[in-house]
Amino acid sequence: MLLFVLRRIGVMILTAFALTFIVFYMTNLPPNLEKLAKSEASVRMDDAAVASWLERNGHSGPVLGRYAQWLGVAPGWTLTAEDGTVTGRCITRGTDPATAPRFCGILQGNWGYSTVFKATVADVLARSLGATGWLMVWVMIVMVPSSLLLGVLSGMREGSRTDRVLSTFAITTTATPEYVSGVILIALLASATAGISPILADWGWISGKTLFPGTATAAMDDITFWNFFLPVMTIALYGIGYIARMTRASMTEVMTQQYIRTARLKGVAFRQVVMRHALRNALIAPFTVIMLQFPWLLNGVVIVETLFNYKGFGWTLVQAAGNNDIDTLLACSVVAVFVVLVTQLISDIGYVFLNPRIRLA
Amino acid sequence: MTDTPWDPSKPILEIDNLSISFFTRLREIPAVMDFSCTVMAGEAMGLVGESGCGKSTVALAVMRDLGKNGRITGGSIKFKGRDLTHMTEEELRHIRGSEIAMIYQEPMASLNPAMKIGAQLAEVPMIHQGMSKDAAWKLARQIVADVRLPDPDRIINAYPHQLSGGQQQRIVIAMALMSKPALLILDEPTTALDVTVEAGIVDLVKDLGRKYGTSMLFISHNLGLVLDVCDRLCVMYSGEAVETGNVGEVFDKMRHPYTQALFRSIPLPGADKNSRPLVAIPGNFPLPHERPQGCNFGPRCSYFVEGRCNAQDIPMFDVPDGHRHESRCLRFAEIDWSTPPAVAKTTEKTEIGRVVLKLDDLKKYYSVGSSAFGGGTKKVVKANETLTFEAREGETLAIVGESGCGKSTFAKVLMGLETATSGQIMLFDENVQSTPIQMRDTGTISKLQMVFQNPFDTLNPSMTVGRQIIRALEIFDYGNSDEERHARMLELLDLVKLPRAFADRMPRQLSGGQKQRVGIARAFAGGAKVVVADEPVSALDVSVQAAVTDLLMDIQRKNKTTLLFISHDLSIVRYLSDRVMVMYLGHVVEMGTTDQVFSPPYHPYTEALLSAVPIADTRVQKQRIVLEGDIPSAVNPPPGCPFQTRCRWKSRVAGGLCEKEVPPVRTLDGGHQIKCHLPDEVLASMEPVIKIAAE
Amino acid sequence: MEDALSWGGILVRIAAQLLPVWIALIVTFALSMQFRRRLGLYGRIFDSPVGMIGFGLVMFWVFTAIFADWIITHDPLAQLSGMKNILPGSPLKAPAEGAYPWYLLGGDHLARDVFSRMVMGAREVLKIAPAATVVAFMVGITLGLPAGYLGGKLDTTISFLSNLVLAFPVILLFYLLVTPEIRVTGIPTVLAAILFIFPVVFLTILFNSRFFTTPAKRNLYVGIVLVIGLWAYSGLAFNADPLGVWSMDPNMLNVFVSVVFVNSPGVFRIVRGMVMDIKTRDYVAAGQTRGEGPWYIMLWEILPNARGPLIVDFCLRIGYTTILLGTLGFFGLGVTPESPDWGSTINYGRRLLAIAPHPAVVPAFALMSLVLGLNLLADGLREESMKD
Repeated sequence: MLLFVLRRIGVMILTAFALTFIVFYMTNLPPNLEKLAKSEASVRMDDAAVASWLERNGHSGPVLGRYAQWLGVAPGWTLTAEDGTVTGRCITRGTDPATAPRFCGILQGNWGYSTVFKATVADVLARSLGATGWLMVWVMIVMVPSSLLLGVLSGMREGSRTDRVLSTFAITTTATPEYVSGVILIALLASATAGISPILADWGWISGKTLFPGTATAAMDDITFWNFFLPVMTIALYGIGYIARMTRASMTEVMTQQYIRTARLKGVAFRQVVMRHALRNALIAPFTVIMLQFPWLLNGVVIVETLFNYKGFGWTLVQAAGNNDIDTLLACSVVAVFVVLVTQLISDIGYVFLNPRIRLA
Repeated sequence: MTDTPWDPSKPILEIDNLSISFFTRLREIPAVMDFSCTVMAGEAMGLVGESGCGKSTVALAVMRDLGKNGRITGGSIKFKGRDLTHMTEEELRHIRGSEIAMIYQEPMASLNPAMKIGAQLAEVPMIHQGMSKDAAWKLARQIVADVRLPDPDRIINAYPHQLSGGQQQRIVIAMALMSKPALLILDEPTTALDVTVEAGIVDLVKDLGRKYGTSMLFISHNLGLVLDVCDRLCVMYSGEAVETGNVGEVFDKMRHPYTQALFRSIPLPGADKNSRPLVAIPGNFPLPHERPQGCNFGPRCSYFVEGRCNAQDIPMFDVPDGHRHESRCLRFAEIDWSTPPAVAKTTEKTEIGRVVLKLDDLKKYYSVGSSAFGGGTKKVVKANETLTFEAREGETLAIVGESGCGKSTFAKVLMGLETATSGQIMLFDENVQSTPIQMRDTGTISKLQMVFQNPFDTLNPSMTVGRQIIRALEIFDYGNSDEERHARMLELLDLVKLPRAFADRMPRQLSGGQKQRVGIARAFAGGAKVVVADEPVSALDVSVQAAVTDLLMDIQRKNKTTLLFISHDLSIVRYLSDRVMVMYLGHVVEMGTTDQVFSPPYHPYTEALLSAVPIADTRVQKQRIVLEGDIPSAVNPPPGCPFQTRCRWKSRVAGGLCEKEVPPVRTLDGGHQIKCHLPDEVLASMEPVIKIAAE
Repeated sequence: MEDALSWGGILVRIAAQLLPVWIALIVTFALSMQFRRRLGLYGRIFDSPVGMIGFGLVMFWVFTAIFADWIITHDPLAQLSGMKNILPGSPLKAPAEGAYPWYLLGGDHLARDVFSRMVMGAREVLKIAPAATVVAFMVGITLGLPAGYLGGKLDTTISFLSNLVLAFPVILLFYLLVTPEIRVTGIPTVLAAILFIFPVVFLTILFNSRFFTTPAKRNLYVGIVLVIGLWAYSGLAFNADPLGVWSMDPNMLNVFVSVVFVNSPGVFRIVRGMVMDIKTRDYVAAGQTRGEGPWYIMLWEILPNARGPLIVDFCLRIGYTTILLGTLGFFGLGVTPESPDWGSTINYGRRLLAIAPHPAVVPAFALMSLVLGLNLLADGLREESMKD
């Protein structure tokens, strides 16, 4: 077991290096750097000026070397200008170059400086990840129990009326990406001119113009049911449908297994058959699915935070990418990749742990 | 539990004119029609028939577990006088598991993989007797010991996958016995197990039935097993009971043509491929919605009379002088049941020609990782150890053994799908042991072909039958044009006695036997000289087995083919092979002519194997040898002689030699080889396992 | 000037505009129902209500895309004065001669007709999604077959690479892959050069493995594949078609390549898993024992028997691709501002949701119904293909 975990971690680290290098390479493509130079220095620079600016700021040289510096496994670049001032990756402006550390990459906790937010990337990330963390917590609280319940209920009696209704619901929500469900939910619940808000306002049931606010910016300071309901539901809906369908498939399969017949024919009541015999076997597959949902949930987060103007991780990523903020984009990518890989690891280990057939083999 | 008093002299189970149908979107498919049978207290009733005859449906109907589409459309099932067909779900629940229990075909699938054995067992008394958890676990432990499993404390805390197939089946039996049911239904309980393991299970079932006085409904396709276990039997054909009576009476004085045909198509001792060939039942089993008018067996029956047998539905008739013996045949009184079968064609013994295949000291080792998570030390599995033998032209060499004995690995190495670790394979003076199939030339490949075991797997489901045979012809460079190959394909269909119209059929439109024939046609497409037949008939129904075996023999005679017949079924091996090779855990333990292997002196394993095979003949008296335990894993074989862990003769070898050294191959009279440490005098003292009582 | 239409009037008029679609649908259904017993798996869709509804929805959008030029009421790019964010059913303020007198589903923030843009949006999606899915399948199959069948180092390597791609959050990948800057570097062309060669390779191996026993036939089929395939390849990947028949707008190439790139590993995983299962069957062993080459076994013995789940996945994947294309549009990646595709229409419409929801809601429902149709179709197919 331990060996298995170690091997998985090894593969994970290898994957992380490969992915971060790809991201580094893609964000540091010459056109991106050129754009950076022009936005940082002057828009009207000619090619030679751009090249010299890039050189002065350590953006030239082989990409592998720059990747190593960014990572913090190679010493940061230093440059002595003609007037004798020393600049370098690890030298903060106005400090003595001699006291600066040699290595300053993300391994040393140096994530760089955000050109968009005018703050260190570490600060930006900490703030935005905190915000997104709350969003994810609530999404999970809503999504996991409801989707498992839906899946088990519809899978335990395949073809029943309950199954038909719940399956239709699930298949519809999986056909509705977040940017569609978000738009529909806002139009339905948070628009002054359409949906139910005007009616409710007419009847005097709500004091404002709309039932729910159309943005979640307020939730940055204070999360309430009203300002968080729409974004959470928008992300959760798609996941509910998807996980419910997986759970249903797994449940229907388990219910046709012979050991379920064995249980039934030894006189176990239907409810007990489901609870004691089917559930554990049926939940092994959805567990992995929930974990592997994370890359998609990240998608949802990006869309929903953009849609509801909630300044979390996804919103930051969009801002960084849209404004060529290389350090922030890199950091976002690292975090995203890290989250995905860790969930994959948990999924693998959890699968083995939940399944006695593998655990005790 | 029983609120209505029940008189033990009355039947435990009384099925009366039961009809069951399955409903699909298109139509109603009758699965069982007008079925009646009675099981008395303490009696074991056998239900026999080929696949699709409805025997399992009857069992599930007794449990009232026919699924969504199945429904009882008529008749009654009385259990201790109470009609099960009208019970509510709640009433049924109290009977299931406590008064009627069931044992299933596939033990692995029948046990919950995520629950400990003890929990699954303890559940039964906890539900039905409201027993406390501790008491229930204690009982579970005791019953586990009762079904003769070693180390019950360890077993009740294990998960199903940690046990072997035989142990799992014992657990399923233990589960059925947890609340001492009055009726036990066994649905092909040993079909998925090896013969020597089966023998142990059968013994256990018989003993427990006697011990607890349980009545049994024993469902099987194997007549020999039924003879072994049951007091009475009921033969089913196409949804109907066709004959019922005491086992002895039905076996010796059958009064229905189907029963008779069935017995004539199975290889009993005395049958011989040349002088007393099997008689296959002509035609095919009717599909449920294509059943004929009148007698269902009519179209395949040799006593059929037009206008009588197909005039009206035929009821069960009482057979006079019989003890509760009934037959569903209009003419049972007119037929002379003692006439021997119109002897089909007897044939000359095929002449054995020159050596075509010669193996010398062949070894095949695999190395595998020791744990499921990879890593760890590599282990070596010795799948084949020092195989040395010859096969001649026109000869049938049987390779006998149970799972894990290495017979399939041997087939792979021979075919070139794997390369041998060491040793030599000479095929027609050509050295092929280290030539993988990609490197062999077309001639070699087409000379050496294979017939596979599972008919449902042997043909590509998405290609027509004709196309698959033509592809083989293309690969073997037969003919110069598509027309030539097409013509040859039709000839091959003739050869395997299939209608030419089958060329355009898809495999799913064919029955198992027909698919197997296509498989044979494909193997012979390039004029194969050596054919490896890997259990070619074991997945087929008995009546079809005879026909397919017959066909193989026929083609062999015509082409002077060498047939390597891999099987675990000693009856069929005795019937058709010239020489036999017995394998156990990768070793050849015995080899010789069929007569040599089937008569003493035996290798102890062969002896046990012979004893374990059930024989459907009341004249046969067998010495009962039940092997302890299961076949060891090939990954972890015992030291010394591979068979020493289960050998009953081990004490007769001095100095514990069996545990230390692999025995040498000893050649006895007439080239009979045995790999055993037993001294000559012990071997000479062995009694024959099977004796046929004088008639 | 006409009066504003009621909701009933709007529906009637939309239905009338869609007349060619209705006719085509009726013809398709009538013919298919008639011959369904002879149409194999396709015919069996009509045995399952779920499958039929799904198929109906999908074909509705397919026909809408085909007949879009007849259906639209206005030029999807025309901005008519006074029609900004106007409500559905509003009449034109200053109708030109012969112009359709209403904006059936209202106007958007640039005073363009929402209905016509939605109809043209269907064409945008259906131009890319199925083709991209087909290419992704060819890539996934060509790599998945040997990985599953041969295993070993090859399998380890390809699986690792595919897991790399799968571990990327899609949005991040799009932000990195679909940008004007990246077009300058030529990376999309390199990707296209790699991905587009797979269909050619796939078909070549397919025919070669089957017909190598009869060289005349083999040369014919492989020849046709190579000539047409490489011709299209040169045009699509490098925009270097000497005859100028095949070409792809760099913007679209970028989007197309990224979508294929994202989808291929998923297909690869499914194919690999199915191959590992099917390769243990006896008919595969039968192929091996008669000396078939590995590619024949993979392509002609294994692949056809994996078709059921692959067809189901194909339908689901077109839906997924549609969602991805919408995502790209939503973030304004790889599309021109005036493109009528549903994703970017939703993006522009969402800013005004509070006052005028229709410009965003209409394409939202369009996209949802198409994906729903594909999902239902996949469900129906799955159900029917399991009944064998």
